[in-house]
Amino acid sequence: MDLVTISSNLLLVSFVAYLVATLFFGGAIKKSKSEKAYHNSKWGTIGLVITIIGFLTHVGYFATRWIASGHAPLSNMFEFTTAFGMMLVGAFILLYIMYRTPSLGLFALPIAIIIISYATMFPREVTPLIPALQSKWLFIHVITTVIGESILAISAVAGLVFLVKNIDMTKKSKQRFWIEAVMFTLVLVLGFVVTSTTFKVLGYEAEFTYIDKNEAPAEITYHVPPLFGMNEYEAMTPGAMTPWVELPPIINAQRLTSLTWSVAAGAVLYLLLRLIARKPLAAVFQPLAKKANSQLMDEIGYRSVLIGFPVFTLGALIFAMIWAHEAWSRFWGWDPKEVWALITWLFYAAFLHLRLSRGWEGQKSAWLAVIGFVIIMFNLIAVNLIIAGLHSYA
Amino acid sequence: MSKISCQCGHENPYGTELCEQCGRPLSKKAKESDIVDMRYEGASRRSQTYKSSIIDKIWNFFSSVKIGVGIIVAVLLASAIGTIFPQKFYVPATTDAEYAEYYERLYGVVGKFYFELGFYDMYNSWWFKVLIGMLATSIIIASIDRVVPLYKSLKKQRTRRHPSFMKRQRIYGEGAIENTAESFAKAEEELKKMRYNVKTENGAILAEKHRFSRWGPYVNHTGLIIFFVGVLLRGIPGFYVDEAMWIREGETRNIVGAPGYVLENKGFTLENYTKEEAEEVFGAALDKVGSIVKTYKTDVTLYKEKEGSLPGSDNLEKVEDYAIVVNKPLKFNGYNVFQMDYKLDELKTMTFHLVEKSSEASLGEFTVDLSNPEKEYDLGNGASVNMLGFYPDYDGIKDGEPYSKSPVPNNPAFIFQMNTPEKPTGEKSFVAIRQTLEVEQNDYAIKFAAAETRNISGLTIRKDKTLYILLLGGLVFMIGVIQGMYWQHRRIWIQEDADGHVLIAAHTNKNWFSLRKELDKLRQSTALPAYIDRQDPELDKPEQEGDEEIWT
Amino acid sequence: MVRKKNKKTIRLISRTALLLILAAIIVYAITSKDKVKVLAEGDKAPDFELVDLEGNAHRLSDYKGQGVFLNFWGTWCPPCKKEMPYMEDVYKDFEAKGVHILTVNVGEPKVKVELFRDDMNLTFPMLWDKNKTVMDLYNIKPLPTTFLINPEGKITKVIKQGMTEQQIVEYLESIQPK
Repeated sequence: MDLVTISSNLLLVSFVAYLVATLFFGGAIKKSKSEKAYHNSKWGTIGLVITIIGFLTHVGYFATRWIASGHAPLSNMFEFTTAFGMMLVGAFILLYIMYRTPSLGLFALPIAIIIISYATMFPREVTPLIPALQSKWLFIHVITTVIGESILAISAVAGLVFLVKNIDMTKKSKQRFWIEAVMFTLVLVLGFVVTSTTFKVLGYEAEFTYIDKNEAPAEITYHVPPLFGMNEYEAMTPGAMTPWVELPPIINAQRLTSLTWSVAAGAVLYLLLRLIARKPLAAVFQPLAKKANSQLMDEIGYRSVLIGFPVFTLGALIFAMIWAHEAWSRFWGWDPKEVWALITWLFYAAFLHLRLSRGWEGQKSAWLAVIGFVIIMFNLIAVNLIIAGLHSYA
Repeated sequence: MSKISCQCGHENPYGTELCEQCGRPLSKKAKESDIVDMRYEGASRRSQTYKSSIIDKIWNFFSSVKIGVGIIVAVLLASAIGTIFPQKFYVPATTDAEYAEYYERLYGVVGKFYFELGFYDMYNSWWFKVLIGMLATSIIIASIDRVVPLYKSLKKQRTRRHPSFMKRQRIYGEGAIENTAESFAKAEEELKKMRYNVKTENGAILAEKHRFSRWGPYVNHTGLIIFFVGVLLRGIPGFYVDEAMWIREGETRNIVGAPGYVLENKGFTLENYTKEEAEEVFGAALDKVGSIVKTYKTDVTLYKEKEGSLPGSDNLEKVEDYAIVVNKPLKFNGYNVFQMDYKLDELKTMTFHLVEKSSEASLGEFTVDLSNPEKEYDLGNGASVNMLGFYPDYDGIKDGEPYSKSPVPNNPAFIFQMNTPEKPTGEKSFVAIRQTLEVEQNDYAIKFAAAETRNISGLTIRKDKTLYILLLGGLVFMIGVIQGMYWQHRRIWIQEDADGHVLIAAHTNKNWFSLRKELDKLRQSTALPAYIDRQDPELDKPEQEGDEEIWT
Repeated sequence: MVRKKNKKTIRLISRTALLLILAAIIVYAITSKDKVKVLAEGDKAPDFELVDLEGNAHRLSDYKGQGVFLNFWGTWCPPCKKEMPYMEDVYKDFEAKGVHILTVNVGEPKVKVELFRDDMNLTFPMLWDKNKTVMDLYNIKPLPTTFLINPEGKITKVIKQGMTEQQIVEYLESIQPK
C-alpha cells in the first residue's frame, strides 16, 4: 500500500471515529442529570478518548499525505477543508478538556463530520505545488489561519447550543425562524454531499464546449445532469441531458447546476426529516441541548473567541502579509480572499467591543458567533468558488 | 463640574459610578443595580465629563464605543461590497470609458451602477480613506479616554471595600465562620499559593492577579496605530518604491527605481512538472489538468555602479549571480526584485541565406542578432551583406519609407545590400517576414532560414522602508491581544464587617468559570462562606448551600 | 477656580490640537498620490556620463557654466524624427554661444541609431543610453522629452512633446549663458 492510500484510509478511520464519538457524547447527555454531572459519566470520557483517537488518525492522514507529496497538504480545497475539520476537532478537544461539556461535542463533531464530507467532494488527487505556493509560509500561514478559524468556529457551536436550548420553539418568532434556517443550511450541505456522491457512484459525466466571458472557447465537464447550460454550449457527450436554459457567460452554469441539485436534494431531505419528526429540527435537538448550562455555553463561546482571535490575526493577517510580501511583492493587494479575512477580523473585533463595552451577552452574543462562522465559511467556500482571485487555486 | 465626595471621605471626579477607594456606589444607577457595572472600575470616563464646546462634542463622538463599532461595521460593509465585482486594478482597461464598458458588458445594469458609484475603486476612494481615518481617530481617542481613569482607579483602590460594593458583585457570599483570624491567615497563604498578590488591611483581604491584562486593549490599539503610521509613511517619497520592468534574455538594464544598480537577464526558465519525476504521487493530478507549472525563474547578474562613477558610465562592478524565483526575490540594499510575469518567444535572431536566384545556390548564411545587428556580414568567398535599414516592428510604408512602430522586434524588416563577386556594386533588397521587395530585378536574394526566440521576464522592484514599522505594529498588536485575552484580571475580596460577618466577593473581567474554580479550591482548604454567582441561575441548587461536590 | 479654568483651557487646546492633526493626516492621505519623486523644473539636473556613437564620453558636468538642451528620443517615434533636422540646423550656431544640444537615444541597437543618423545627415553628438540608466534617472515616460538645463545646472523646463524649429530656438536662447 502506498502512502497516499494509507493516508486516505487514516482519514476514513477518523471520520468513523468522530461518528462513534458523537453517539457517546449523546449517551453522556442522556445518562446524566445535568451538564455538570457528566464527568462522573463514563460515556463522556469514552467519547473524548474516541475523539482523540480520531484526531490522531486525522493527524496521521495529514502527516502521511505530507510525506507523500513533499509539501504540507494545505494547497487545495480538499486539503484545506479537511484540515479545517481536523482543527475543529482539535479545538473542540482543547475546550472539552477545559470545560468538559458533552453538549459541545454533540454539536461540534457532527459539524466537523459535515465539513469533512464536504471536503471529500472536491478533487482528492495529490497536486504538485504551483510556484506561488512553494514556500515554508504555505504551512505556517495556512495552518495558523485554520487553527484560528477552528477555535472561532467552536464559539459558533457553543452559540448554537445556547440558542437551541434557549429559543422558545413553541412560539413563532424571528429567532425560531433563523435557528431553523441554520439547521436547514446544514441539511443543504448534506444535500450537496448526497447528490455529489450519488452521481459519482453512477459515474455521471457530460462534457460541453462553450464560449467564456472573455469570448474564448472553453470546455467544461458536468458531474451532475446539466440543468443550466453554459453560454453557447454544445454537448460533446452523446445522450447527455439537454439543459433547460442557456445562461449568459458571466454565470458559471455548471456551478449553478451543482448548487441547484444540492438545494433540491437538501430541501427534499429536510422535508423528509420534518415529516418524520413532525416538528422543526431545532426542536428535535432541543432536548439534547437542554442540559447544557447556558452561562457556561456563553462563556465557552466568548472564551473561544478570545483564544481564537489572536491566532486568527497572526495567521490570516500577519503571516499572510509576510508571505504575500515574499510571493506577490506586496503585503496587501485587496484580493477578495484577503479582504474577507479582514472582514472576518473586523467582525470579531466588533463582537469583542459589543460584548466588552455594550454588554452583549447571551443570545445576542450567540447569534454573533453563529454569524461569524457563516462569514468564515463564506470565505472558505464562496470566495473560492464564486469570486475569482489569486487564492482561487481549488 | 464638582467633585463627588464619598462617605469614606474620598473625592471622586465628576461622573464616577463607584468610589475609587472604597467602592461605594455613588451614582443613582449604581445604587439601584443588583450587580454593579465594573467596566473601567466605575471610573468616570473623561468623555462623559465635559459636554460644553463643539470640540468636546466631536471628542465624545469618537470616544464612544458604539460609534467605534459603527465605524468598524461600515468599513466591513464597504470592504465586502468591494469584492462583489473585480476591483479596478484587476480589470484590463485604462480609460474611464473602457472601465465603464467593461463593467456594463460583464455585469449589466448592476455593473454600471457599481462603476458609477465608484465601488469599482472602493479601497482608493476618498470616503473609504475617511472611514479608515475615523477608525484610527476613534481608536486613539477612545483609548486615551479610558486608559487614564482606569489606571488611576486601579491605583487608588483600597483593600477594604464598603459592604455595598461587595454586595453588588456578581460573585458574593456572606456568613459567619468560626475563628476568623485563623481562616483569614490560611486564606492569605492559599491565595499566595495560587499566585495572587495579596494585600491585607485590618480584617480585609484583597487578592489580585494579572492586572496587566487590563492594559491589553490599549497595547493592541497602540499596535494598530503604529501600523497606520507605517501605512501613512508609504505616501512619502523615498519610503516606498514600487516599479515594474520587462527585461529580455541577454539584456542588461538599469533597474527601475533602484538608482545605481544594473541587472543582466541571463535566461528565463518556465518549467512544468513532468510525470517522470513523480508519476506515483502526482500522476493522477497531471492527467486531469494537463500541465502544472513548477518554476518561473530568471537567472540574473546584479551589477552596481562603481563608487565615484556617474550614472550611465558603464563603469560597473558585479555584485552577485542570483536565480530569482517566485517566493525568492533578489534582495539588495533594501530592495527586493520579484519574479512576477513573463512573455515567451520574442524573436531574438534571424538567420538568412544569400541565394543566387537562377541556381538557387547558397553563397553562405548569416545571422542577425535583432538586439544588436551588425553593419556588415561577411560571408566569405567575396560575398557580403550590408545592413542599410532595420525596422524591428515594421508597419508598412510611411512618407515613402518603411516605418517601425516600436523598438520591439515583433515584425522585423530589413534593407540589405548584397555584394557578390558577380555584382560588386551590390543589389538592394527589402526583406520582411513573408515579403521581399526589389527596386529592380536582382540576381541574388536573401532567403530566410531560421529564427531563434528568447523570453522576457517581468520583474517587480520594491523597496519599503515602512515594513519594519508595519511589522512592529503587528507585533505590538499581538502582544496586546495576547496579554488582554489569554490572561484575566481577577480579584477576590474577603473581609469581616463590624458585626463579625465574613463577606466574600470576587470579580474578573472574563472567564468566570476559572475564577469560580479557584474560589472553590480556596474554600476546600479554608473555612469561608459559600458564594453565589448571580448571573448563573442555572447553577445547581446544592452549591448555594455549600455543597462542594460539583466543582471539586 | 483659576486652576480649574486653566485646566479647562488646556483640555480644550489639547483636544483641538489632536483632532486637527488627525484631520490633517486624513486629508493628506486622501490627496497624496505621487509616491515617486519626479524631476521637475527648478531641480538640479542629475549628472551622468554617456558615450556617443563614436565612443567619446560626455558628462553633463563637462558643460558647467553653459546651457544644455537634453533631448531624449527613439528612432521609431515620429515627433522625435521630425525635430531632428531643426536641431541640426541650429546646433552649430548655439554651440558657439555656449548652449549644447545633447541627444540621448534610449537604448536601441547601436547600428539602428547609426543608420538613422546617416540617413538624416545628423552631426550633433548622439549619446547612447544602452542600459536605459539615464532614461530612468530622468523618469522619461513619453518620447520625445526635452530638458532645458541652465548654466547653473538647474532644470528650467521639461518639454514632453515635439517642438517646432522656432520653439527650439527660443528654448535654446532661454538657457544661453549671459
